[in-house]
Amino acid sequence: MTNYEANPDTPDATLGIGNRQSAIGDPRLAAIWNALESVTDPEIPVLSVVDMGIVADVRVEEDSVAVDMTPTFVGCPAVDVMRSAIHDAVAALGERNVAVNVVFDPPWTSDRITEKGRERLLAFGLAPPKREGTRGLRDGGTQKSRAGSARRSFVPLDVERLERVACPFCHSTNTTMESMFGPTLCRSIHYCNDCLQSFEHFKNV
Amino acid sequence: MTGYPTLADLTDSSRGAVIDLLFRMADDEIVLGHRDSEWTGHGPILEEDIAFSSLSQDEMGHALMYYQMLHELGEADPDTLAFGRKPGEYRCASLVSLPNNRDWAFCVVRQFLYDAAEGVRLAALSEGSLVPLAQLARKLRGEEKYHLMHGRMWVVRLGKGTDESRRRVQKALDLAFPYALGLFEPTNADAALADAAICPREANLCAQWLAFVGSILDEAGLTLPDGAEPVYGGRAGRHHESLSRLLEDMQLVYKIDPAAKW
Repeated sequence: MTNYEANPDTPDATLGIGNRQSAIGDPRLAAIWNALESVTDPEIPVLSVVDMGIVADVRVEEDSVAVDMTPTFVGCPAVDVMRSAIHDAVAALGERNVAVNVVFDPPWTSDRITEKGRERLLAFGLAPPKREGTRGLRDGGTQKSRAGSARRSFVPLDVERLERVACPFCHSTNTTMESMFGPTLCRSIHYCNDCLQSFEHFKNV
Repeated sequence: MTGYPTLADLTDSSRGAVIDLLFRMADDEIVLGHRDSEWTGHGPILEEDIAFSSLSQDEMGHALMYYQMLHELGEADPDTLAFGRKPGEYRCASLVSLPNNRDWAFCVVRQFLYDAAEGVRLAALSEGSLVPLAQLARKLRGEEKYHLMHGRMWVVRLGKGTDESRRRVQKALDLAFPYALGLFEPTNADAALADAAICPREANLCAQWLAFVGSILDEAGLTLPDGAEPVYGGRAGRHHESLSRLLEDMQLVYKIDPAAKW
């Protein structure tokens, strides 16, 4: 089992994408990662499951492949669709035994979205989530100490932090949050007071 | 930490206790999710229509996760558990089945009290000894923070709003609170769960919940009713009359053809 650990100071594209770097020397693994890049989020078709940080790990044995996926929101109906699509994309390479496992370790957080993913969200007109430093590392928790998090994270977030999200169209932060919920579980609805347009924001989770 | 790395590592006594806990949590979620969904198309403002629809989707997703874990522990498949049981077999607290009565203030207060209780429970489970449940709990806490943000925002806004909003939200609180205490009804599983360090006793969770809820209500200028008697029975399958009618609605489509492929 890969023990991937991100460098917290590196906001780069490899953040949160499992053992992709070790695929460089392994054509079979590289082919699988490439295939996964073609599996897109059905709600946000410019994003692949790799960009979203949904692929937690890929393991190859002689005759089988296992892909671990960590779902964004467990209630999201796209999760099942992506799971089938991941299976089919790997099977299409000729792999005969493909298992796709839903895992909660590491838990998905919006920090797992890669830099490329954030750029694509912005180009799509969706304000990307801010980096929080809660990447759900494989050691089983967030970066905060476990005792500390039990006390602290029971305080609900302040609504204030969701105001002033940058507008994806004109980049102004003179914006307001209209609703902390949106058309899908991952989005909130905002309004830009400068360019006078509504926009959606990918929620920080 | 030792404890239970997988579900298969549970001992017989702790296994039974975990099944009991999961049924309580799953049944609370799916029934509340159903009530939330009844606001879709009927919210007082569009943003609240969207909010309750989203909350509903989250609750149902969480229910599915618990039902899947129950299935791994030998119970029936999630669809059968969710839609195929009789009212007396559900383990939800009465709070979650109470009718909406088109009373949005009541529903906001009910959701807030419930989400606060769930927050306390998930925080405890995240530090517990049953690893798969701890991992799931950690994941769900991230999703739940928006529920609490929403609940706190509205309870404070309504409490500090006008005379009418304060009166109506206080009335909702007076009605909901005894039923909310029922979320922490003690069960036969408490001792085993606490001894196995999987989940603290219900009384312990209730005390944490009261402290948290109390601080938000202080901020809102609202008070908890004095001398409220908890409404128990739900965890033992003795439910408020509203559950039977809710389940008739919720199970209707499934029961037309349980074997149908969707």
